[in-house]
Amino acid sequence: MFRRFLSLAAATVMAIAVVSVTATPAAGQAAKAPSKSYTPPRTADGHPDLQGTYDLATITPLERLPGLTAVLTPQQAATLEQYEIQRKAKDDAPIQGDRKAPPVGGDKTPAKSYLEVLERLGGGPVGGYNQFWLDSGTRYTVVDGQIRSSIVVDPADGKVPPLTDAARKRQVALLSIPTSDAGESSNPGLEPGGSYDDPERRPLSERCLLGFGSTSGPPALPDYFYNNLHQIVQTPNSIMILTEMVHDARIVRMNAQHLPKTIRRWLGDSVGHWEGDTLVVDTTNFTDKTRFHGATENMHVVERFTRVDAKNLLYRFTIEDPDTWAKPWTGEYTWPVTDQPIYEYACHETNYALGDVLRGARSREKEAAAAKAAK
Amino acid sequence: MGKTFRSAAILAIVAVPLAAQTQPYKAPRTAGGKPDLNGIWQAINEANYDIEAHEARPAMALRPGPYGPVPAAPVLALGAAGAVPPGFGIVEGGELPYKPEALAKRKENQANWLSADPEIKCYLPGVPRATYMPYPFQILQSASAISIAYEYAGAVRNIFLKDPGPSPVDSWMGQSVGHWEGDTLVVDVKGMTDQTWFDRAGNFHSDALHVVERYTRTSADVISYEATIEDANVFTRPWKMSMPLYRRQEKNAQLLDFKCPEFVEELLYGQWRKKPLGR
Repeated sequence: MFRRFLSLAAATVMAIAVVSVTATPAAGQAAKAPSKSYTPPRTADGHPDLQGTYDLATITPLERLPGLTAVLTPQQAATLEQYEIQRKAKDDAPIQGDRKAPPVGGDKTPAKSYLEVLERLGGGPVGGYNQFWLDSGTRYTVVDGQIRSSIVVDPADGKVPPLTDAARKRQVALLSIPTSDAGESSNPGLEPGGSYDDPERRPLSERCLLGFGSTSGPPALPDYFYNNLHQIVQTPNSIMILTEMVHDARIVRMNAQHLPKTIRRWLGDSVGHWEGDTLVVDTTNFTDKTRFHGATENMHVVERFTRVDAKNLLYRFTIEDPDTWAKPWTGEYTWPVTDQPIYEYACHETNYALGDVLRGARSREKEAAAAKAAK
Repeated sequence: MGKTFRSAAILAIVAVPLAAQTQPYKAPRTAGGKPDLNGIWQAINEANYDIEAHEARPAMALRPGPYGPVPAAPVLALGAAGAVPPGFGIVEGGELPYKPEALAKRKENQANWLSADPEIKCYLPGVPRATYMPYPFQILQSASAISIAYEYAGAVRNIFLKDPGPSPVDSWMGQSVGHWEGDTLVVDVKGMTDQTWFDRAGNFHSDALHVVERYTRTSADVISYEATIEDANVFTRPWKMSMPLYRRQEKNAQLLDFKCPEFVEELLYGQWRKKPLGR
């Protein structure tokens, strides 16, 4: 639901942003293999050393927004990036005590960037976090020298392929059951009935089971809000990909067999091998509660991690689930190295919100019943 | 005959130095030249019930019965599955050196175990409790990094090999800084909250907790684990715990999911369902 609203909103507002940038060249070129000239540092067993902390934050969305080409010109990117910088600076400015009251019902002027749309959704029209709490990206992702307008690169239109008919029917039946890439919270007015009846109906991130926006993955995506850091620790037999949000440690077993189908995991079961200087991670055995983007538990993800230079890792993934999409689809973006420390994301321990959300819903029902009885 | 006697004598001579041989175990090395702690490990003891030496008891939550304590009503249905197994304890030198007021607090914790033990709510376990909970954990050690991932609650901690300075904020798993003393990995843990316990018996600490852990491989499948506990708000002196950690032997050993926040939703939030299930 969050996603459906999101794409509607994004489609509406981005038309505005797109108008403001200069004319764009024809469709972007297909992604090229990473440059072969770079020789990565190696671990003792001879494989590239992928270890370090990476900041996945970027303003490149998963799916291309209307009116943009696959590859942005430097001028286009600069215009859009500048908008983000100015918007954040304005948001960060000290509050003036004599400012006017915000408009009734919140700021409903059109949002002009993808992040702005997401941030307004995160707090609803009356506002949520201000920039103090957010740590989203300011730059488009650059892959092989190209400034990319979407993470999805195949299909060429930069959009996740449409759901199969079976998947669409399934989605309708499960409309109110949140998926692993759903947002942290949604606009209350647009949530389906029953969304506040039980804890199981709340987004997985509100329940502290997974970070929002498929930040843990696979596929690991930018969450566009905060805590986008991931750390890789690499040993000969096991490689850990730690997601800062909800402290999910996905441990990739090298050259191993998958778990039996009877054992399902929130992040799937990941096994890895090296293809030249690329770490290839194959993940199956998802739970039927993970449901990335509406997929089934049979989703199969193949990720490819390649160090492209001293400061960047190329992350590429292909998703396959014939019960959900007619064809596999692929995305890629760059993970820049960061020296920021990872903080403990203890979510469940102080999760007052989940109880309060349900309690609030019960109070509202009680009030409604009392008002009805009084009539 | 003389020959036989002679070989027996030689055997005896050879056998003596063999028996007396107490050369320390030399652990295999990682690429960085340090002892290799990689693997999936688990404590096998009863310390998570009570880190002090204890006899078996009917349940963690008790109430007075006509002839001694019996299980409290909320845990009665568990029967023997809810009983506490006996244990030698992991605390060196007998009883924990509580300050008098802290001892009173421990008793209060015990009396309120069901509502007060952070494990019941699936909270992150803190250090050292994470080590001896009845779940495996994995040490990931490379030449440049060491992390420990725990199956329980998906807890995880990075062990800094370069001291980043004082912890910027307290956390459930604390800030760990490691260094090698010979073949022992020494981990200094500070910056922990006062919200975690040592066990289900109400043994606790304050946010002044300082833990120094020592991990030493003593055989192919054993790590000797020691932790010195210092907390001047709660204890009259530092004290030490120790135990072996065993390598999980299963060929397919790996950490699985124990994302327990899901399992405690009924306990914590069930009363706020639109249609409560009753309790």
